[in-house]
Amino acid sequence: MTQPLRRPQGGRIDRGKHLSFVFNGERMEGFAGDTLASALIANGRHLVARSFKYHRPRGIMAAGVEEPNAMVQLGRGAATIPNLKATEIPLFDGLEADSVNCWPSVDFDMNAVMGLMSRFLPAGFYYKTFMASLGLWHRLYEPRIRRAAGWGRAPDGPDPDCYDHKHVHCDVLVVGGGPAGLAAATAAASGGARVILADEQDEFGGSLLSLNRTVDGLSGGDWVAGQIAALAGRVETRLLPRTSVTGYYDGNYLIAVERRAPTGDGSSTPGNPCMRLWHIRTKQVVLATGAHERPLAFPNNDRPGIMLAGSAQTYANRYAALPGTRAVLFTNNDGAYEAAFDLHDAGVMIAAIVDARPAADAGPAEAAARRGIDILPGHAVADTNGRKRISGVDVRRMTPDSRELMGPARKFTCDLLLMSGGWSPAVHLFSHAGGKLKFDDEHACFVPGAVDAGIRSIGAAAGRFSLAAALQDGTRAGAEAARAAGFDGGGASPVPSCEEPAAGTVAALWLFPPAPGAAPGKNAFVDLQNDTTAADILLAAREGFSSVEHMKRYTLSGFGTDQGKTGNINALAILSSAVGRTIPQTGTTTFRPPYTPLPFGVMAGRNIGLMNDPARTTPMHDCHTAHGAVFEDVGQWKRPWYFPQAGETMDVAVARECLAVRERVGMLDASTLGKIDIQGPDATAFLNRIYTNRWDTLKVGQVRYGLMCHEDGMVFDDGTCARLGDNHFLMTTTSGGAANVLNWLEEYLQTVWPDLNVYCTSVTEQWATVSLSGPRARDVLKKICSDVNLSADAFPHMSYRAGSVDGVPARIFRISFTGELGFEINVPAGYGARVWNAVCDAGREFGITPYGTETMHVLRAEKGYIIVGQETDGTITPADLGMAWIVSGAKGDFIGKRSFARADTARADRKHLVGILTEDPGAVLPEGAQLVADPKGSPPIPLLGHVTSSYRSACLGHSIALALVKSGRDRMGEQVFAPLEDRVVTARIVGPVFYDAKGERLHG
Amino acid sequence: MLLIDCPHCGPRPEIEFRYGGEAHIARPENPDALSDAEWADYLFMRRNTKGVFAERWMHAAGCRRWFNALRDTASYKILATYKAGEQPPATAGAED
Amino acid sequence: MQKFSVFALARNALTGHRNWQRQWRSPEPQADYDVVIVGGGGHGLATAYYLAKEHGITNVVVLEKGWLGGGNTGRNTTIVRSNYLWDESARIYEHALKLWEGLSQDLNYNVMLSQRGVLNLAHNLGDVREGRRRVYANRLNGVDAEWLDADGVKAFCPIIDISPNARYPVMGATLQRRGGVARHDAVAWGFARAADARGVDIIQQCEVTGIRRAGGRVTGVETTRGFIGAKKVGIVAAGHTSVLASMADIRLPIESHPLQALVSEPIKPVHPCVVMSNAVHVYVSQSDKGELVIGAGIDGFLGYGQRGSFHIIESQMGALIELFPIFSRLRMMRSWGGIVDTCPDASPIICKTPVDGLYINGGWGTGGFKATPGSGWCFAHTIARDDPHPLNAPFNLDRFVTGALVDEHGAAAVAH
Repeated sequence: MTQPLRRPQGGRIDRGKHLSFVFNGERMEGFAGDTLASALIANGRHLVARSFKYHRPRGIMAAGVEEPNAMVQLGRGAATIPNLKATEIPLFDGLEADSVNCWPSVDFDMNAVMGLMSRFLPAGFYYKTFMASLGLWHRLYEPRIRRAAGWGRAPDGPDPDCYDHKHVHCDVLVVGGGPAGLAAATAAASGGARVILADEQDEFGGSLLSLNRTVDGLSGGDWVAGQIAALAGRVETRLLPRTSVTGYYDGNYLIAVERRAPTGDGSSTPGNPCMRLWHIRTKQVVLATGAHERPLAFPNNDRPGIMLAGSAQTYANRYAALPGTRAVLFTNNDGAYEAAFDLHDAGVMIAAIVDARPAADAGPAEAAARRGIDILPGHAVADTNGRKRISGVDVRRMTPDSRELMGPARKFTCDLLLMSGGWSPAVHLFSHAGGKLKFDDEHACFVPGAVDAGIRSIGAAAGRFSLAAALQDGTRAGAEAARAAGFDGGGASPVPSCEEPAAGTVAALWLFPPAPGAAPGKNAFVDLQNDTTAADILLAAREGFSSVEHMKRYTLSGFGTDQGKTGNINALAILSSAVGRTIPQTGTTTFRPPYTPLPFGVMAGRNIGLMNDPARTTPMHDCHTAHGAVFEDVGQWKRPWYFPQAGETMDVAVARECLAVRERVGMLDASTLGKIDIQGPDATAFLNRIYTNRWDTLKVGQVRYGLMCHEDGMVFDDGTCARLGDNHFLMTTTSGGAANVLNWLEEYLQTVWPDLNVYCTSVTEQWATVSLSGPRARDVLKKICSDVNLSADAFPHMSYRAGSVDGVPARIFRISFTGELGFEINVPAGYGARVWNAVCDAGREFGITPYGTETMHVLRAEKGYIIVGQETDGTITPADLGMAWIVSGAKGDFIGKRSFARADTARADRKHLVGILTEDPGAVLPEGAQLVADPKGSPPIPLLGHVTSSYRSACLGHSIALALVKSGRDRMGEQVFAPLEDRVVTARIVGPVFYDAKGERLHG
Repeated sequence: MLLIDCPHCGPRPEIEFRYGGEAHIARPENPDALSDAEWADYLFMRRNTKGVFAERWMHAAGCRRWFNALRDTASYKILATYKAGEQPPATAGAED
Repeated sequence: MQKFSVFALARNALTGHRNWQRQWRSPEPQADYDVVIVGGGGHGLATAYYLAKEHGITNVVVLEKGWLGGGNTGRNTTIVRSNYLWDESARIYEHALKLWEGLSQDLNYNVMLSQRGVLNLAHNLGDVREGRRRVYANRLNGVDAEWLDADGVKAFCPIIDISPNARYPVMGATLQRRGGVARHDAVAWGFARAADARGVDIIQQCEVTGIRRAGGRVTGVETTRGFIGAKKVGIVAAGHTSVLASMADIRLPIESHPLQALVSEPIKPVHPCVVMSNAVHVYVSQSDKGELVIGAGIDGFLGYGQRGSFHIIESQMGALIELFPIFSRLRMMRSWGGIVDTCPDASPIICKTPVDGLYINGGWGTGGFKATPGSGWCFAHTIARDDPHPLNAPFNLDRFVTGALVDEHGAAAVAH
């Protein structure tokens, strides 16, 4: 039989379910109901970790999420999780875990040599050295520090697990399912409220699972089972075990993570996630989060086998695992006596109770005497022995002021040292919610202070540590919360009765004296994870880091994965005493979410991959895929970039597409362009105010191009707008800007000109758009559109007709972004693919060629047409673009107009949009290339401007580029240079229109 | 996440809303009559109050209507919401 | 000033580290000073240091309402870089980066500058265009910059997923090799210690509640510890710039927003550089201690609460995991928020004000930490000479009137 320290009976483990696991390569056994930590303890394993800085041997100190030491790497490969605490891992069959941050093993760690160096490595030592040479720091010191730091390792592949989110509302959320929380949930539910009860452990019950108590005449466990059964029977109550509430945010909004299944074994699926993140909006919150026991700060208080008294009691009672065979208790309070008694009663030899107070209370003293346990009042543990496991303690009497040791050392052999420094309420969530803490001198701890409406802290979480208080608080707070949430029903629930030892006292003793001649605080660890000692805190105080935040940051105390749950108050108290202030004067630090570490994967939930950000596709998407399109991301849209044929490079494909449009006819899917339907009697007046040009002169059936500016006068979108009726317009926008434009229109309509009677509706997704372009465009369209006179005279450039295409009702716009004869055919989206194919078929005899955005860009650049976001960047005015012609001086005010007159905006020597021709016609400048007048010399070299668009023009036979250049329009013909990574390209400034400057082809 | 009481739809989570900055800044009737400095004041200068602040929100994923809120920018507590065009309700601590 | 070195460490080790001095004094405030600096963060302390060092002005006090470095200095993601688009920005941030490179020695305090390289990822053709534009501009401005294609990105940071089917395919990145991270707290402490050594008084827990003026000129500040007279007052209190300016009846083009950040539990080194992706609002590096340090986009609403909404960081996680699939099983250990004072053009204000003797340094938005030494250096010059240095002259208040903004938003590839 393995598990030598498993008690023969008792505990809440299922002895019928043997679980096999491997720790550091060693196979062991435990039972269902164990945590990894309790199974290790049952197997006699205490040395499980090494400390951060000195690599000191460390064991399991606690039994819950407050554990500072026992971090392990769970699992392997892509399914591994680093830094889990052994105390938070429910044991499962086949579990594999390893110690972290030790080499070659936790038993023999070469880095333990750092411990010998510890005197040279006080808090913040790295701020004081390694700075002679930045090069040495980068090459030598920093890489070594980085390698030494960190705990476990990241997975080596994508996460095999699935996670999801849930969003719920309730009336009363009870956090913590111990006696206080159970009583509160029962009372609130009896009142009729919708209740959620969340508890981070596998089982509800909290302290009742660890302590020998009776409630309402039942054993603690049986009472819990009865409460849970009753709550589970209520339809409006939701029980969430294995669920940690990690953050409390504004508006009574709390985040909780539920662990539903083992992770990493491949069993989780989208419908059956291994973890779920609950987003809970609640009217009332009851915080029954319990308390954490504090360690004591004495020399060498960190060896394996030194454990919090209450945690040892939990292992013995709840898990039937004995943390040792011969124990000493070191305490500053009465409460911890019970732990020693329970262990004694379980068969552990209690060698002594070392009580730092001048005298123990009568009750516990008598109980100890009954068991034959010696009490040493006014004593302290002066030192501990043993390396990989505690082997004994030196105990000495203290002077009455507890400042010095006196008398000879009494040595006790032991393999377990229980310590208890009192308890700290888990006030984290209260603090997240902005609650202020106050110091409770009687219990030597911070407790919730002024309570905000809607938050109730109860039981141990409020510094009321007795079971009776927990049950009382819970019953009262649950009923109050239900009432506050608007539920009067139920009447008062009775407070359950209970039996427990009398509450004792605690002495505020924070740092125990060193051996005579030794430095105060040496090896008296306060933050065990970060190897912060009391000496480090005293050093910080000496160096002026007297603010608690400074001390924490300088010593790293409280910055570990446990976030200082056990050590923070000790650190604060030691600092306070060093700087001569009280604890409340020194203050406490702000607790920030999360209460316990929150996996990134569960935060992302299912918002990963394609569901992270929707990809939008047009009704013709499948046609494009079938045609071999390569897609480009434009905002959320997938747009065909180009359509390579077999063996074609992008350049060859784009050249072919360009020539097809210029010589014959091409077709483009323009469905992604934003389309906004604008109606109302004031539509014309509205357009006059939001575009820079005039709209009251546009006749029904005509189309006009417009620019929009923000109030600062900078261009932010553009497009055509057609007048479909007297009070009806169809505006188009850029593909990426559609939502912003609609927002902007609505904002002005509602907040600036609410008197205008205009309605704006996004119809982008209601219409599919086939843009037909090229000298044969009319011939193609004619074949499938018989009810519109397509002749140049009857249907001129920049006009609109309604008709049908391939039998589908269509809006046809005669517009062009290529400089060729063009028609944009808009049909209801559901017909998009059909009409696309119809156009394709009709065009076959003319050599019709589908083209993508790249060809569109080349063709429009040949014409000098801008693309907002490419030729503009939020700093460019219409005048900068050479488009002063589109800014109306006659129509009155419009958005942006006033800003054009500002001193800098009105300058004549701003950047202007120009064309650029490279000296070598085959050279294509990279877009983004900067232009200079003189490339020689060393930086900084004055910049003239930059290339915004640059392409190889197949139809012109040379490269072309557009650029924004300082005073560009006054520099026509001047030479400029583009210094690139490996060469300097010489070029010349020209006008921005390269093709058909007269615009004759448009009107063909 | 804030819980914002849309005057048209009722309380909804913050993710449904778009923020619009300081409220009650009227666009000048005749911008051409303003000096550059006065125009800059309208365009850019903001109260940026720490404390109770009148601000604009738009219920983007709901009724898409703009409205105003009085919110304490230090505590994030929303004291009142009211429709666009209305004056802020009298609330303890609110500024003029 | 007690000199820090490896020898000093060894010497003190022998005496149990009992002889280390306070790193800065905690004096009582004098009745008046030549210069009062309002704000004991990195920028304020740097200003005081450079006033003393570069201009010989040592009758200076730094007033901090809380604890030194407790504002944005201690709340940022510690990224240092200078690869800004516009000439004006590149010059001041590059000046700052050059100061960073000598800062540990100058201050005799290891600020742990780690020049491990900063990648700004491009996910679409627009990003590529803007990224290359910035690289070419940087090189001509004397700022080191390279353009990497997707394979180059993978070689520099192997844990990034560059597969073309990713939701945000990586099409390339700009790289500034001299960019990196620094230890934020050490910057505040190092400047404080060095300024103190040159005679600057540093007063913590002293909040400025009013700015006294007479005849259009500043005469001092009201504080929670009484009136302190001053010939000149510099406001450099990120997160409260507007609040302090309003005490002198100055309105600013600033809005204050929450900005959140978070760290993972410490893990062994896995992430070799700094990665920023503007398109998906993620920036991430790994600290020397092993934590992944992750920044989010700013919260939309105006807020002084040093906290933001959970959905902001939550929505960032999907994007993070898209870029770094191996991060999914790591855990958030701590999250927090700062207050960023944002200007309409995402550039700072460092200038004189309409009140004689009153100067403002603020509005750094998300860019403040990296500018710390350069900001202090320029502000010290502006205060000492009552005239801006050419490096900060463009960052005046008049630009909002003339329209001469330095708009780093427009250069969309650069933010944070």
